[in-house]
Amino acid sequence: MSLLEVENLSVTFTTPDGQVRAVQDVSFSLGEQKTLAIVGESGSGKSQTAFSIMGLLAPNGQTSGSIKFDGTEILGLPETELNAYRAAQIAMIFQDPMTSLNPYLRVSKQMAEVLMRHKGMSKTDAINDSIKMLDAVKIPDPARRVHMYPHEFSGGMRQRVMIAMALLCHPRLVIADEPTTALDVTVQAQIMDLLSDLQSDFGMSIVLITHDLGVVKGSCEETLVLYGGRVMETGPTDQMFAEPAHPYTRGLLKAVPRLGSTGAELATIPGNPPNMLRPPKGCAFSPRCGFANEQCNSAKPALEFFDAKRSRACHLTREQIA
Amino acid sequence: MTTPETVLSVNDVKVYFKFGTTGLFGKREQRYVKAVDGISFDIKRGETLGIVGESGCGKSTLARAVIRMVPAHAGRVLWMGEDLLELDGEAMRDKRKDLQMIFQDPLASLNPRMTLGQIIAEPLKTHFPQMPKSEMREKVAAMMKRVGLLPNMINRYPHEFSGGQCQRIGIARALILEPKLIICDEPVSALDVSIQAQVINLLMDLQKEMNLSLMFIAHDLSVVKHISTRVMVLYLGNVVEIADSDDIYANPSHPYTRALIAAVPDLDKAAPADRASLMVDGELPSPLSPPSGCPFRTRCPLVQDICVSEKPPLTETASGHSVACYFPTASPH
Repeated sequence: MSLLEVENLSVTFTTPDGQVRAVQDVSFSLGEQKTLAIVGESGSGKSQTAFSIMGLLAPNGQTSGSIKFDGTEILGLPETELNAYRAAQIAMIFQDPMTSLNPYLRVSKQMAEVLMRHKGMSKTDAINDSIKMLDAVKIPDPARRVHMYPHEFSGGMRQRVMIAMALLCHPRLVIADEPTTALDVTVQAQIMDLLSDLQSDFGMSIVLITHDLGVVKGSCEETLVLYGGRVMETGPTDQMFAEPAHPYTRGLLKAVPRLGSTGAELATIPGNPPNMLRPPKGCAFSPRCGFANEQCNSAKPALEFFDAKRSRACHLTREQIA
Repeated sequence: MTTPETVLSVNDVKVYFKFGTTGLFGKREQRYVKAVDGISFDIKRGETLGIVGESGCGKSTLARAVIRMVPAHAGRVLWMGEDLLELDGEAMRDKRKDLQMIFQDPLASLNPRMTLGQIIAEPLKTHFPQMPKSEMREKVAAMMKRVGLLPNMINRYPHEFSGGQCQRIGIARALILEPKLIICDEPVSALDVSIQAQVINLLMDLQKEMNLSLMFIAHDLSVVKHISTRVMVLYLGNVVEIADSDDIYANPSHPYTRALIAAVPDLDKAAPADRASLMVDGELPSPLSPPSGCPFRTRCPLVQDICVSEKPPLTETASGHSVACYFPTASPH
């Protein structure tokens, strides 16, 4: 049985301008100690998918579908019951470590609070555990630094604090929402290496949400590509990147400038991402797809398996888009 | 074929920001953050100089010092042979026709209360107040078409556009005066991959068409490689390496450049076996108290005694390839 099973998840926001269907019919599953990448551009619904798992959607968001964690349905659980899962079983690492840490509180207080609340520890024990965890994320001199304020840490160190905080209760699932986007490239490499080391030490599963395909390639076994709130393609990362089966994935991979490339013109995906207030009638990607036909513009393609592990949502055959 | 002329020549520019500290015995002591600590480079006509480095390395400050958005402490900025730092306000304003800038955050750099048409026409109104309205309208329409904006967008406001479209507006505003040099400060960092490629292609097309010189600042090494003729790597306000784009990626000599390149997650290759040995630990030291000697020595895997005591000068190791390191990796040629 998978650790996390998401089925037909939809998220709709009611706004003054109308209904925004941010996520539609997203399904995926994640095994123990596995890493799944959710890839997509701004507005593709990747963060809202993560927020639904954690029960962190904005008040105007409604969900439907099912999210099972270790066999138990957790979608729509009341706060009190969900709190038993948060931090203890499922933890989240946010994009911007400065705004996700409380600037008024010392790191020791913010970290100890988690342990005192979820594990019922005494303050002294909690702080000692926090120091151990800061050491595990390779923060030098943790016994002293645990008593500092967030602003006294650099960006990379702050992200390490966030990771340490997420791991305090040894969760089985960590959701990392763009954990390295705000960081410099040398620090990004350090943080990604750290996450993979920690995964082998602690044995947790990771959902990595990102827009950076290079990061995905280096660290995730499985990838799910979202566009306009829908799944375009899923499958093992290596196979998908070697032989993308959806026009969007193909376009995305081609649009990334490579270190090995010459100054030739970059392949682009024409047009702009869809306005989610007025999504296209057919396939979300059809207005920008070079292969789109009548059917693509009028009907949404279903996500279908074409291989034991790979699925795609496209009306055209793989030969047609090659 | 003649070699293209040098349009911009930056000579030992320093930008220091003052900050006071109370010294021992309560005496105030004036200290400086050396954001840009003596940088020199040239840009030729039609060429793109890529400037890379991590946050806090001084790349944006350097760009802003060139067009005097921040005052330079020392040095010379020669634009077609004329020192921009010596010009008075009026003369400098006139020079800005030739030197335009594109900013990182496409939405924040556009006035939310002006329509697209007004934004693009603004530089014309400032620099050519006598220009007839009809001519202005024509120029704006032509420029909108050139950067891929539809004519019916002219009366819309910035918030109605996506990030990529806003960046096109920023580009149109920078180009309407037909400048000779554009300073692009992380113009695609805030954009999605599919849109980023569109904007990069647009910039490269326009460059060819108008024979523009570009100063292209970014932290994404793959983007810089793609667009640049030459690349300059900065660290804590100092140039650590400068070379032709292909050369610097094929034969990075400075340990920092090597670390930067090794750290880029690349789609094409598996991580090199020696990646771990190239990676650097730690982060940029505080510019408030920079290390003695070589600015990179605190993170450098090759550090020796001399690096602590003396700052390595920028030395040419091969034609057009300069590096500031006592122990540069020998390049194969």
